Amino acid sequence: MKIHEYQGKQVFAKYGIPIPKGIPAFSVDEASAAAKKLIDETKNDVVVVKAQIHAGGRGKGGGVKVAKGLDAAKETAGKIFGMQLVTHQTGPEGQKVQRLYIEQGLDIKRELYLGLVVDRATRRIAVMASTEGGVEIEKVAEETPEKILTEFVDPLIGLGAYQARKLAYGLNIGEGTPEPKKTVKQFVKILMSLAELFEKEDCSLCEVNPLVVTGAGDVVALDSKINFDSNAEPRHPNWKELQDKAEEDPVEIEAKAAGLSYVSLDGSIGCLVNGAGLAMSTMDIIKYYGGEPANFLDVGGGATKEQVTKAFKMILSSDKVKGIFVNIFGGIMKCDVIAEGVVAATKELGLKVPLVVRLAGTNVDEGKKILKDSGLKIEPADSMADGAKKIVELAKA
Amino acid sequence: MSVLVNKDTKIVVQGITGSAGSFHSRQCIAYGTQIVAGATPNRGGQKFEAEDKSGKKVEVPVFNTVAEAVKETGATVSCIFVPPLGAADAILEAIDAGCELVIPITEGIPVMDMIRVRRKLEGSNVRMVGPNCPGVITPDECKLGIMPGHIHLKGDIGVVSRSGTLTYEAVGQLTALGLGQSTAIGIGGDPVGGMDFIDCLKLFNDDPDTRAVMMMGEIGGSAEESAAAWIKENMKKPVAAFIAGTTAPPGKRMGHAGAIISGGKGTAADKIAALEAAGVKVAPSPAEMGTTLKSLL
Repeated sequence: MKIHEYQGKQVFAKYGIPIPKGIPAFSVDEASAAAKKLIDETKNDVVVVKAQIHAGGRGKGGGVKVAKGLDAAKETAGKIFGMQLVTHQTGPEGQKVQRLYIEQGLDIKRELYLGLVVDRATRRIAVMASTEGGVEIEKVAEETPEKILTEFVDPLIGLGAYQARKLAYGLNIGEGTPEPKKTVKQFVKILMSLAELFEKEDCSLCEVNPLVVTGAGDVVALDSKINFDSNAEPRHPNWKELQDKAEEDPVEIEAKAAGLSYVSLDGSIGCLVNGAGLAMSTMDIIKYYGGEPANFLDVGGGATKEQVTKAFKMILSSDKVKGIFVNIFGGIMKCDVIAEGVVAATKELGLKVPLVVRLAGTNVDEGKKILKDSGLKIEPADSMADGAKKIVELAKA
Repeated sequence: MSVLVNKDTKIVVQGITGSAGSFHSRQCIAYGTQIVAGATPNRGGQKFEAEDKSGKKVEVPVFNTVAEAVKETGATVSCIFVPPLGAADAILEAIDAGCELVIPITEGIPVMDMIRVRRKLEGSNVRMVGPNCPGVITPDECKLGIMPGHIHLKGDIGVVSRSGTLTYEAVGQLTALGLGQSTAIGIGGDPVGGMDFIDCLKLFNDDPDTRAVMMMGEIGGSAEESAAAWIKENMKKPVAAFIAGTTAPPGKRMGHAGAIISGGKGTAADKIAALEAAGVKVAPSPAEMGTTLKSLL
């Protein structure tokens, strides 16, 4: 689960991590009022207007701009608010900007990168730091991996202060600051807090890009990017308030509410499958035989008839779907439950596109009988390959 | 022969009285699996009723703690059906009770919990398969988990996979070709889990009754790439593979918590290339997993 920069900074503040003064705004007027307040408070007429969308690369896409003076701030906010912001992470259609964050301008001397992730190879939290702040870290990792310093957190002990110091000296963080000792100390404190936050808040990613050193030698988190581990949602009731539904695919939200796992894709063949691996493989085999999948849909292991009905309706109600492939290998999932759901959804919404159904495993005969008795025009398939070939052919027609 | 579990393996099921736990425990017992104990807090003293392979009624004693269950019944393996937020604690309990193998089936355990569990496993001899997995089966001997038993056939092909239903698909194809399985291991779809591909390949490599291995990977992480490097250096037996997610878009979690391409890493193309470079034959489509393995024999 992703949250916005300003929300991430509120989490930072809770853990004592220094952030610039800033105010979120949900309209141009609010942005203008926020800019005025900041200028008055800081006695500095430079503010930064930042688009709040979940995707990264906002600066490059024109979603982050510095403004000098209240009029310029208002004008800039007017330009960014409501724009379709396109970044390397949004896709070509971009994301509409509906929230802004107005932040005080800082005297920036250095931009660094800090990132905490779950490292799958070591099964620990990895703390990464780099002198190459403010740019895409993936690019740094690709081109100059030696510029990324990494420490791993022992889950029983937590991040050691010595580890944070190692990174501080590795980055040469005190270099050119009025009081290097103070700057190193601040950096270490920030890192220790981030490691604590990552664990306590159940993050899956926490990035500060850039972390800046100001002219006065202070270390400040100029940006924040936090992703939470969705599995931990039940123990964080406050996450609900942090969710921005405008940032997510409405169909995916609907699916999640129904306990289904759904991802929209660009193709024309809808798929309904049980199990994530088989669902991905079903997409792959559709492509293999010349078609394009319209979605990933895993109804899970123990779906009820109602869930299957809901899932099938979601596929049926998409305009781009020119054919549907139901591919089930029943283990815990019983084929008759799938069949009942498919029939119920089709009776309600009608079936305007070809439907190929492949059933195997638990209660396969009962399932096939339900489909047959329904009188619906369903093309049965003997195997995954047979089904994929059939639906690709039928969807072309 | 087989790896991890066989007809003599004695098992305690944690969460045996819950809905998933009771349903699947009954299925396992009916398959012939020796579930000798259950463990659920506050249910100690109860009896769990089921029917064995011959249809005979059996009563499995339920204990409050795994330690008691192990002490009273000699169980050495724990299979866990505890809800996500309590599952890590259940795994730790099984480790402390002296179980040699712990198989958490549960999906949705927070990754931070699993990081702590992994730390606990470091330096111990305890093995963990899962979580978020179908379990382990040695056909005709021991079915431990949620896989449909009837699709399996006793034989000499080792199977290891990150996905449940895709394993069933592969096993179904192998069985249809007359190729039985020595043991099938579902290692699970989470980013932080127990045994990985290499751990399982080692077991199959050393198992005299495993002739070849079928492995199914998917997008996300680098476990397949690491496995490829290990296979190139060490594997004495033929390996066939399939990698799911060639068509998966980057940055999207595809059902499994671990199935996500992030920062351009963990793509199916990279994994396939690494495996092929290690001499593994990769099936071009998921319909050809069985035939690809057969072509190596």
